[in-house]
Amino acid sequence: MKIAVAIKQVPVRDSPLRVNAAGTWIEEGNLSFEINEPDAYALEEALQLREMHGGEVIVLSAGPARVSQAIREALAKGADRGIHVESSTVDTLGVGHLLATALRTEAPDLILTGLQSDDLGYGQTGVVLAELLGLPHSTIIMQVEIQPGKVRVKRELEDGWFQHIEMPLPAVLTIQSGLNKLRYATLMGIKKAKTKEIKVLSAADVPPASAVIEKLYAPEKNKQGQIFDGDANTAAAKLVEKLRFEARVI
Amino acid sequence: MAGEVLAAAQEFGTSLGTGVKAYSIDLPYTADAYTAAVEELIRKVNPALVVFGHTYQTRDYAPKLAARFGRALIGDVIAARPPVFVRQVFQGKFNAEVRLVGDGPHFVSIQAGAWRAGSAPVETFSPTSSTSRQVAEAPFREAARAVDLTAADIIVSVGRGIKEKENIPIVEALAHALGAELAASRPICDAGWLPMDRQVGSSGQTVSPKVYVAVGISGAIQHLVGMKGAKTVVAINKDPDAPIFEVAHYGIVGDLFEVVPALVEEIKKAKA
Repeated sequence: MKIAVAIKQVPVRDSPLRVNAAGTWIEEGNLSFEINEPDAYALEEALQLREMHGGEVIVLSAGPARVSQAIREALAKGADRGIHVESSTVDTLGVGHLLATALRTEAPDLILTGLQSDDLGYGQTGVVLAELLGLPHSTIIMQVEIQPGKVRVKRELEDGWFQHIEMPLPAVLTIQSGLNKLRYATLMGIKKAKTKEIKVLSAADVPPASAVIEKLYAPEKNKQGQIFDGDANTAAAKLVEKLRFEARVI
Repeated sequence: MAGEVLAAAQEFGTSLGTGVKAYSIDLPYTADAYTAAVEELIRKVNPALVVFGHTYQTRDYAPKLAARFGRALIGDVIAARPPVFVRQVFQGKFNAEVRLVGDGPHFVSIQAGAWRAGSAPVETFSPTSSTSRQVAEAPFREAARAVDLTAADIIVSVGRGIKEKENIPIVEALAHALGAELAASRPICDAGWLPMDRQVGSSGQTVSPKVYVAVGISGAIQHLVGMKGAKTVVAINKDPDAPIFEVAHYGIVGDLFEVVPALVEEIKKAKA
């Protein structure tokens, strides 16, 4: 079974983010990057499926040169080889076209990606990929069961509801965080990753973006609440007074 | 959220100088079936803009539909001055103004709660044919929840700020002192630090207690929808710009590992 995992590299969680001089994106200069967490779960699911069914796991990512680091991390965790589509586009549809072009020659049985990215948060890349590749898909997947020629998945719905869906392979699934337990790269894995192949593709032509970010800004503060200052003890005392005499729960 | 979608669409229609028509799709849902059905509808009525509610269903098929028309879906929109739409990025830390480029149809989905519900006549659309590669079974719920957070008067809820499973007793002590139920944001349950039935948010429980104490929770929208009905929201977070402070009535900006034990002491004093 050939499984492709599309990953994105995003700023490390809780990085201090600033808007760039043009006011259209964040200042990336001093940031550290990591694999988008939902994509890490997709990678883990792919590795577990390979352990169960055999085959190979290909990890691919579209982005600037720094993205090769994220691919290397995935290889250290156990992916067999990588594909890096060098591109600076952040447009969802554009990225979809780049990944689809790279995947057409690979023709995987299953394509996984995280349900959304921690930066743009569109949650569309997997679904767009399915459309561009002409494959069936399902989103926000909690469980993957491979059957002969098809896949049965547990899809998360709102408010604690779930649903089982079956579709023929090849298919595209977007993976929900938390469906498995992430593994760490072992020292051996990190060593092995250095010898694994990362194919670098230059970006194919992509259609012009149908939507562009014109402006990025911190949302206007709408704080109507009271923030208690001072050291922890002083602030705690003030808060307890409110809980006691205003909210009346103490 | 049909009413909210109608209200938003009417607002967009007014600013774009165009009328609004509303449709419901008469078909059991699968991604393939809805994509084909709405594609047929769009080719028939040729709209400039297609507006959805940002539900799990929309997330499942609308990006595919938009891609079929060579467009990206502008998802989870919170405000608009068409053709510019505002959505949150970087987990709510920033807003992005996104401008639609080129001819329609364009595709936009709006965030639940961002528009006040309106009403308009809705036409039912039945596609001429329907096929689907996905075969969907009936939705189901997991075994009954062991914990009913919706009945709790006070909830102490913990997020990523707690850093390690070993630190959970710190917030447990606060819950105990307050006589509160312990809850968590999604990542805490994903990591298995607390059971899934203690999760508050769009994929967990929706609660409206008298007091909701959010400890080390940044306040991603998926969490906020589950708790913004609380009468009093208290936020404790080290990041003064965390979105949770936008909905908090009382807040302490500080290190939860100092603030929470101090709170426990003060509560004990008050109760003594």
